[in-house]
Amino acid sequence: MIDTPDGPVPTGELVLSLRGVSKNFGAVSALTDIDLDVHAGEVVALVGDNGAGKSTLVKILAGVHQPSSGSISFRGTPVTLADPSAALTLGIATVFQDLALCENLDIVANIFLGRELNPLRLDEVAMEVRAWTLLNELSARIPSVREVVASLSGGQRQTVAIARSLLLEPKLILLDEPTAALGVAQTAEVLNLIERVRDRGLGVVIISHNMEDVRAVADRIVVLRLGRNNGIFSPDASNQELVSAITGASNNSVSRRAERRQAQTARPDQTQEPRP
Amino acid sequence: MSSDVQQTAPVPPQLDRADVRVKHEAGIGGAIRRFFDRVRSGDLGSLPVIVGLVIIWTVFASINPIFLSSSNLVNLLFDCSTVGVIALGIVCVLMVGEIDLSVGSISGFASAMVGTLWVNQGWPVALAILAAIAVGGFIGALYALLFNRLGMPSFVSTLAGLLAVLGLQLYILGSTGSINLPYGSNLVNFGQLLMMPKFVSFGLAAVPGIVMLVTGLRTVARRRAANLSAPSTGGLITRAAVITVILELIVFYLNQARGIPWMFGLFVGLVIAMHYALTRTKWGRSMSAVGGNREAARRAGINVRLIYSSAFVLCSMLAAFGGVLSAARLASASQQAGTGDVNLNAIAAAVIGGTSLFGGRGSAYSALLGIIVIQSIASGLTLLDLSSSLRYMITGAVLAIAVIVDSLARRSRVSHGRA
Repeated sequence: MIDTPDGPVPTGELVLSLRGVSKNFGAVSALTDIDLDVHAGEVVALVGDNGAGKSTLVKILAGVHQPSSGSISFRGTPVTLADPSAALTLGIATVFQDLALCENLDIVANIFLGRELNPLRLDEVAMEVRAWTLLNELSARIPSVREVVASLSGGQRQTVAIARSLLLEPKLILLDEPTAALGVAQTAEVLNLIERVRDRGLGVVIISHNMEDVRAVADRIVVLRLGRNNGIFSPDASNQELVSAITGASNNSVSRRAERRQAQTARPDQTQEPRP
Repeated sequence: MSSDVQQTAPVPPQLDRADVRVKHEAGIGGAIRRFFDRVRSGDLGSLPVIVGLVIIWTVFASINPIFLSSSNLVNLLFDCSTVGVIALGIVCVLMVGEIDLSVGSISGFASAMVGTLWVNQGWPVALAILAAIAVGGFIGALYALLFNRLGMPSFVSTLAGLLAVLGLQLYILGSTGSINLPYGSNLVNFGQLLMMPKFVSFGLAAVPGIVMLVTGLRTVARRRAANLSAPSTGGLITRAAVITVILELIVFYLNQARGIPWMFGLFVGLVIAMHYALTRTKWGRSMSAVGGNREAARRAGINVRLIYSSAFVLCSMLAAFGGVLSAARLASASQQAGTGDVNLNAIAAAVIGGTSLFGGRGSAYSALLGIIVIQSIASGLTLLDLSSSLRYMITGAVLAIAVIVDSLARRSRVSHGRA
């Protein structure tokens, strides 16, 4: 089934295993027959073009959507992820692309949303301390955790969302475009964090369009195309291979552009002149 | 505060004071500046309603000094309590961004139930009240079912409920159309006469300040132990003292007349309980979250349907309880109970008090402040011997102003980066 050109052989316990997962939205098949394995201590990158089904897959794993068919097993046992709290209870934490924060609540309330300490008499002090600890681990630049989320920048919101996913000590973290809105230093911090999480023996699934980030942290790169598996690669696979798997052809706009540039650099005498 | 820190060792920054870019102003001057900053950015809180109340009271008192007499204010408190309890329920549904238009009908139905069960059927009064509240809760559960399972907008389902429950009220009242509750019974006494003894009212007025001081000091100690910045003890004592003095003065003034009605005490007790539930419990947090961003709340693992159900059920139960109180106040259960302006007064009270119609922002105190505004207008115009036509127009104008202030404040909050 899975076309594995040079997929590396992972070690470690199988945390998550998907077999034949499909999802239809009416007549549209967003996902068809997806197989995916994530092992403990491994970073799996999901890449694919817009509309390849990456976010749908993450939402299925987070319990937001339910698959139309197929099976999911988590740590060896088959599970159904009926709703987000089921996924959270199992130990699957998700950072969504649309950040899923409540703008009218402050940062502490958002980090602990649904998992407040001491439900009948909220322990604000303990929650604030834990929030600062989590944010400091991420080297976050947050002025005050008592500000409402509406007053934060995109990058700060991303940091809050990631801090929240770490709160429950999950077994598997799903990150949907975690670095898209971040600055240089914060991107590096998030990548460091992903490695730290992996080294603690957790499984990490990361979606990204940034091939540089993907190569930097991923142990395996899983390519989706039009809702189907389209190959598994190791991070040292060539850009050409990845791009052709993502776009579905060796002759595509990206490769044509690359060839054109190569051809230009091959004739340096003509490209020296500044273009008009 | 830093007396225990050695002079030689560098002071480790507190967890929430580590960011050097943020100005943290201390002291009373800082507190006042922070307050003005907040107001300027549109985070008005209870300020508009308090300003409005001062204006309304000044106008009425200058026209007719009797308005501010303690005996008139005591009557005002009686009138506030019944619709105020209903408005408290409205705060709940508004918090999750929904509405209940049938609270008036439910309150009328509840008073009719108490009348029939207690007076006509001879049930014990407590059982009749409990039955009325339980039926109110059942109606709320029905709305929740329609909303959660069938996706029926609460605006429509409760509008249907308004008519259907009014029909039920007329049905159980039958042809007589009205049932008088016996004078001298505990319920009617509670609704019309029962006052707190003076020492009790003075004692209760001291409680908020004491609670504020004790919990505040405990929080300060815990925050310092956890290496967080803490508010100054002096400011805390000042605030508690100011609150206590104001409350004691109010109680002293009202005690010049009949005193504080127990019914109003019950209403304030419910308000405080609701305030605690909304701000200090997981349930309250979930209510704000669902009202602010339903999908985010769902993804955080909150049982969104359960939260909606709790809001609808609580609102209907409080509406039913408010109906029982107004039956006690009027000593009758009639076809007119709960009709007319009860419905809209309750909703207007919550909105005038500062609870947003769009969900996620609100406070239990808005029911208290809002209903005082509305009843002040009603009472002032009655004293001026003006007809209810004028009362409706003025209340309508105040409601419109309240919503305009809310909208403008929201726009300002958005441009200042506050939710």
